[in-house]
Amino acid sequence: MAPIHLTVNGKLRTVDVAPDTPLLWVIREHLGLTGTKFGCGMALCGACTVHLNGTAIRSCVTPISAAAGKRVRTIEGLSRNQSHPLQRAWVAEDVPQCGYCQSGQLMSAAALLAKTPHPTDADIDEAMSGNICRCGTYQRIRAAIHRASKGV
Amino acid sequence: MSTHSDLSRREFLQTAAGAGLVLAIHLPPPLRRDVRADSADPFAPNAWLAIAPDGTVTVTMDRSEMGQGAPTALAMLVAEELEADWATVRLGTTVENPAAWSRRMLTGGSSSVRTSYEPLRKAGAAAREMLVAAAAAQWGVEPATCQARQGTVVHTPSGRSLPYKALVATAATLPVPANPTLKPPAEFRYLGKRVKRLDTPLKIDGSAVFGLDVQVPGMLVASIQRCPVIGGKVKRYDAAKAKAHPGVRHVVELPEIPGTGGGFFPTRTAAGVAVVADTYWQALQGRRALEVEWDEGPNAGLSSAGISALFAQLAVQPGVVARKEGEPDAALGAAAKKIAAVYEVPFLYHATMEPMNATAHVRSDGCDVWAPTQNQTGAQAVAAQYAGVPIEQVRVHTTFLGGGFGRRAETDFVAEAVQLSKAVGAPVKVIWSREDDVQHGFYRPASYHAFAAGVDAAGAPTAWTHRIVAPAILARFGPLQDGIDRTTVEGAANLPYGFPNLRVEQTVADLPVPLGFWRSVGSSHNAFVTESFVDEVAVAAGKDPFELRRALLAAQPRHRAVLELAAQKAGWGTPAPAGRGRGIALAESFGSIVAEVAEVSLESGGQVRVHRVVCAVDCGPIVNPDTIEAQMQSGVVYGLTAALYGAITIDKGRVQQSNFNDYPMLRLREMPAVETYIVPSDAKQGGMGEPGTPPIAPAVCNAIFALTGKRIRKLPIGTIA
Ligand code: FES
Ligand code: FES
Repeated sequence: MAPIHLTVNGKLRTVDVAPDTPLLWVIREHLGLTGTKFGCGMALCGACTVHLNGTAIRSCVTPISAAAGKRVRTIEGLSRNQSHPLQRAWVAEDVPQCGYCQSGQLMSAAALLAKTPHPTDADIDEAMSGNICRCGTYQRIRAAIHRASKGV
Repeated sequence: MSTHSDLSRREFLQTAAGAGLVLAIHLPPPLRRDVRADSADPFAPNAWLAIAPDGTVTVTMDRSEMGQGAPTALAMLVAEELEADWATVRLGTTVENPAAWSRRMLTGGSSSVRTSYEPLRKAGAAAREMLVAAAAAQWGVEPATCQARQGTVVHTPSGRSLPYKALVATAATLPVPANPTLKPPAEFRYLGKRVKRLDTPLKIDGSAVFGLDVQVPGMLVASIQRCPVIGGKVKRYDAAKAKAHPGVRHVVELPEIPGTGGGFFPTRTAAGVAVVADTYWQALQGRRALEVEWDEGPNAGLSSAGISALFAQLAVQPGVVARKEGEPDAALGAAAKKIAAVYEVPFLYHATMEPMNATAHVRSDGCDVWAPTQNQTGAQAVAAQYAGVPIEQVRVHTTFLGGGFGRRAETDFVAEAVQLSKAVGAPVKVIWSREDDVQHGFYRPASYHAFAAGVDAAGAPTAWTHRIVAPAILARFGPLQDGIDRTTVEGAANLPYGFPNLRVEQTVADLPVPLGFWRSVGSSHNAFVTESFVDEVAVAAGKDPFELRRALLAAQPRHRAVLELAAQKAGWGTPAPAGRGRGIALAESFGSIVAEVAEVSLESGGQVRVHRVVCAVDCGPIVNPDTIEAQMQSGVVYGLTAALYGAITIDKGRVQQSNFNDYPMLRLREMPAVETYIVPSDAKQGGMGEPGTPPIAPAVCNAIFALTGKRIRKLPIGTIA
């Protein structure tokens, strides 16, 4: 079990865990960043979405070994002071209900906007349909992504 | 015009403790089935309003936030009458000692706002009058010449003003007015307006703490292998193999808690073996090595096919009559046209986004529980029982809930965490996997419905009979009253339509499957079956489904107004867009009436696509229209997910589904455009968390019928051939 180095939200971190440990549990239990959620453990719900070298991935099925030497961004690192356009849009639309899925929703949406600054409804369908929201906030998620893309 | 309210008893008083102005409030017990006699103490507080010397207004309640937005709505009631500046309003920590409370702490039954509408407003008004009196005294003027406005008191003639923070110290020394004047609705600043939820900022940066996020120093993490067969027991397992895994500290066997003792929310857990480790992943590895062998017990032969056959067999005999009007049998015999149909719905799983979990720390001098719970009273009781400490020594720390929907009214996960903490002598967090969560739920009962109806030669409906066969949720709580489980018949026995001859019967099927309250409870199935069969009556009568309902609602003006608004906004009577069909349905639940019109098309593979849902709602006085819209969207998604996909099936005594691959959820790409229209109403305050769910399944199925001529009598809908 050799130590694994990775960058999390801009900080170099070293963890000493079994290499098959999912990134999700390393983030939550070893690094204490609990904003990233566990929903299914099978890449079916998107609650655990983080960015790995800028790409949205499901951390529940990503072994920590696959993140070695890479950049991880979690919800805690999305912005300082809730200033990301998506976070502002999320407040404007009052998107969250229980809120449990919302970290994953925001990280998926942030990856979408980074690649496609002005997504169509079809783009949003494509990028966001891997993220389940059991509270049914989908309509507001769509509206908030459009709002953020327009910078309003 | 002002509204004076009578206080038949004191509902709030000032407490001496602490700086600032603090009012203790007494809220009545919930309206639910578990209602108990109110506390004998004439004044036992269960909510608090505090205005700190810095002007911050803190409202402390005994209700859980699980997405429904109730705590924000409750704070709005106080802030409105207090004339508080919304930016200064905060929610206090949910109370931690339910035993000292005068009502059960249970968030459910869409009851939070309904039980608090008046008392919280009065408390806010009382504090406002005290602040006004303090300012008037300081200025030496008549209180009647002063006005409270958004966190300040203004002396209207002179224009002088003082902020609340400058007044709280004096106000706190004044007597609490017994009969504070409530604002007339025309002057409402917050109620009925779109107000931002207080919890949103915590939910966009990962800082909200859910049960799963609780961290306690020295905490271990447990994963439990539970018996897959309902009611089975542990035979043997290999603790040594599990312990050989790194990080595994303990292996603990947990006996089944059968939950058959009755009482307030009896706890039920499956037998299992827990692996307790430093981290979740380690616990999971250890658990996989356990190789548990089970004594499968008496339910090993249970299957969904067998349950269906039992239902059909029981439906042959008359049940217990829940409601009777006129002479239904004679009317059916005399009908010019008679129709009959059988409907069936499956067991359903709650699927909260956050899997079940709880953290407990049992010590010799007490026990702390951190839990995402809807039922603090039950959590405290079960913790005391399994920790072996007096109930007052248990503190229940309520976290945010990643969804509740009724599942978190159960206390099984608390019982597990407490037993494990006690066994290993350290704080323990129990984390359920999604598979654990799917397979060890408290399911919405499956049910079977036999209907008959008659219409006369002119096409007027004359008779309606409905026989329901289902296992009874309430049997857990003790013997049924008059043989009726009112959750089984809610939404059926109170059918709003004026059939002159009508009978609704219930037969209880005794099954070992764990049952629970699933968002909208009995109305989740009864709205589907009754609103579908009413559509069938319309076909038999040769009438438009909306017009037939309208005619049958002559004596129900509230229902009729809701139905008409939904129909009008949806364009009922005009042709649906090409390739689409429209269906309508109406349901009253939890004090609110909702009608929904769904617009549906079929995709090439026969999948149902719902494009648009128009909702009309009468929920009494409007607190926050933004929350009403959110809850209608949420209720539609919840009910639509179940209607399209939801089924828990059983084979060899085991739940067959395991994760979102075989228990699918509605996805963003499938989200219909949901429109909500609110009927202005001065009816009694209704609930909002559940009433959006019941009408969607029948609205969609009636739309499928309009489009294809195919009547869906069994859920889930699946694909249409
Ligand atoms: S927890 Fe990773 S996708 Fe569900
Ligand atoms: S807000 Fe509750 S699951 Fe999405």
